[in-house]
Amino acid sequence: MTAFRKKIATNYIINAILVAILFVVLVILINTGVISRYNTGILTLVCINVILAVSLNLVTGILGQLVLGHAGFMLVGAYASSLFTLNSNLPLEISFPISLILAGMVSAVFGFVIGIPALRLRGDYLAIITLGFGEIIRVVSYNLKITNGSMGLSGMGTLSNRENPSPMFIYAFLIAVVVIVIMFTFGRSRHGRAVISIREDEIAAESMGINTVYYKLFAFVLAAFIAGVAGGIYAHHIQMIDPAKFDFNRSVEILIMVVLGGMGSITGSVISASVLTALPEWLREFSQYRMVLYSAILIIVMLFRPSGLLGRNEISVPKILANIKKRIANKKVPSDAKEE
Amino acid sequence: MHLLETKDLGIVFGGLQALNELHMVVDDGEIVGLIGPNGAGKTTVFNLLTGVYVPSGGAIHLEGNSILGKKPYQINRIGIARTFQNIRLFKNMTVADNIKVAMNQNMKYKSLTAMLRLPPYWRQEREVDKKARELLRIFDMEDTADQTAANLPYGQQRKLEILRALASQPKLLLLDEPAAGMNPTETKDLMATIRDIRDRFNVAILLIEHDMSLVMNVCERLYVLDYGTLIAQGPPEEIRKNEKVIAAYLGC
Repeated sequence: MTAFRKKIATNYIINAILVAILFVVLVILINTGVISRYNTGILTLVCINVILAVSLNLVTGILGQLVLGHAGFMLVGAYASSLFTLNSNLPLEISFPISLILAGMVSAVFGFVIGIPALRLRGDYLAIITLGFGEIIRVVSYNLKITNGSMGLSGMGTLSNRENPSPMFIYAFLIAVVVIVIMFTFGRSRHGRAVISIREDEIAAESMGINTVYYKLFAFVLAAFIAGVAGGIYAHHIQMIDPAKFDFNRSVEILIMVVLGGMGSITGSVISASVLTALPEWLREFSQYRMVLYSAILIIVMLFRPSGLLGRNEISVPKILANIKKRIANKKVPSDAKEE
Repeated sequence: MHLLETKDLGIVFGGLQALNELHMVVDDGEIVGLIGPNGAGKTTVFNLLTGVYVPSGGAIHLEGNSILGKKPYQINRIGIARTFQNIRLFKNMTVADNIKVAMNQNMKYKSLTAMLRLPPYWRQEREVDKKARELLRIFDMEDTADQTAANLPYGQQRKLEILRALASQPKLLLLDEPAAGMNPTETKDLMATIRDIRDRFNVAILLIEHDMSLVMNVCERLYVLDYGTLIAQGPPEEIRKNEKVIAAYLGC
């Protein structure tokens, strides 16, 4: 058991080091201007979409409930955080992090309120209710004074500027890392097992003492919280939000990332969110064909990997290293045999 | 005081009286059989006892306390665990994880402890892992602990379901056709195991079964249902000779 624990600990350390290296390298490249401001923006967007996809994966992949209004939570978070930073007198360096927490909490409250009726029932009611929520919240924000109607909110300001282009990326990256870590540690705990058991068989889970309503709500509200935070970062990244940015298409876009990466696979979501965010941007040169290529990729993946790129598996660097080690060891054995 | 006691228990589906005034008792450490032709209402009784259905009338008492109106998960926590007629495992989870789900109710650490991987997480996870593997040893299944449950052969899936139910530390174990789909040798093994489980875990067992050799050998008392009505009860030898029971089974 101690050997087992040691192995887990080394895996944690390897992963932590790799993430730290990636982070430092990217920040240096951004600060030295090797990665242009345009590309830094795309990288930030990648991180935001990773956060969204991973949080949606918690509900859709791990809990097994379809959500069609994830952009609605993003909208709530975006407006909540923007309204806070616009109206508070604090400098952005302080008000921004506070606004993100606020964004998450407001969004979680919305998640709780619409989750209670939907999740007390068995079946796909959550899909319909979240679909309705996404549309209603958008229409409401078109018509409220506080959200400034269809003009939306602008002038939030951002932490990045010409001299210092990296802060927004740093925020997005670190929060994405925290979210991914939370998903992993949550998934491999008693709570995660309870949530997965609900996906596998709700009736059996309940008869084994799992409070299914509680765990479904827990996962859904957690996902709503994270989506709200992502919305907050998004608002301060593009500095101009209006309801049209958070329509049904946006929800579907996030859902596609989850499905393509593999429902239930966190690393799958990370990979597909990164590729599907960056690809359309980098394909701008072939402007006429880029959406064709985008859809072609989706069709091809769904044809050949119907359960998504990774299915329910996870990519793990330590595992890959172990495999490589094994292969090298295997290659050595026959050559030794020959010498004998 | 009886471990389980039902009084006038009944349920109506639409216009159909699926179960009618069932009086039934199960005492500590007993193995009781519930038999009857197809559609007699046996599984309905299980669904009532575990809170899946709400009875139209009557009372259910576990150790003297009413369990009416309790949710299935609450009933499981106070001591009734069940298996299902058509196996309901968590198919894409490992065998060990299937058992750990049922142990969730006895684990204490909070979600934040898990996210931060604090010591209580490690301690309790290690404990529960050990317990799960110990349970698997009962059926000689410890090698399968890390396999996906869906990959187990049918007989072992049935056994895993029983283990999962036991993992929630019930006082009363409800087995819904545990021998369904098993061959005669496997059924024989199962008989021995059912007795063994009763002795080792000190649980009372109420089982539904169509395999008469198993029922007559293992059960100490039997209840016979037909069209939702109790037509006979007593020790196996009496039931075997009971004319009503013979009539119900032969259909004359």
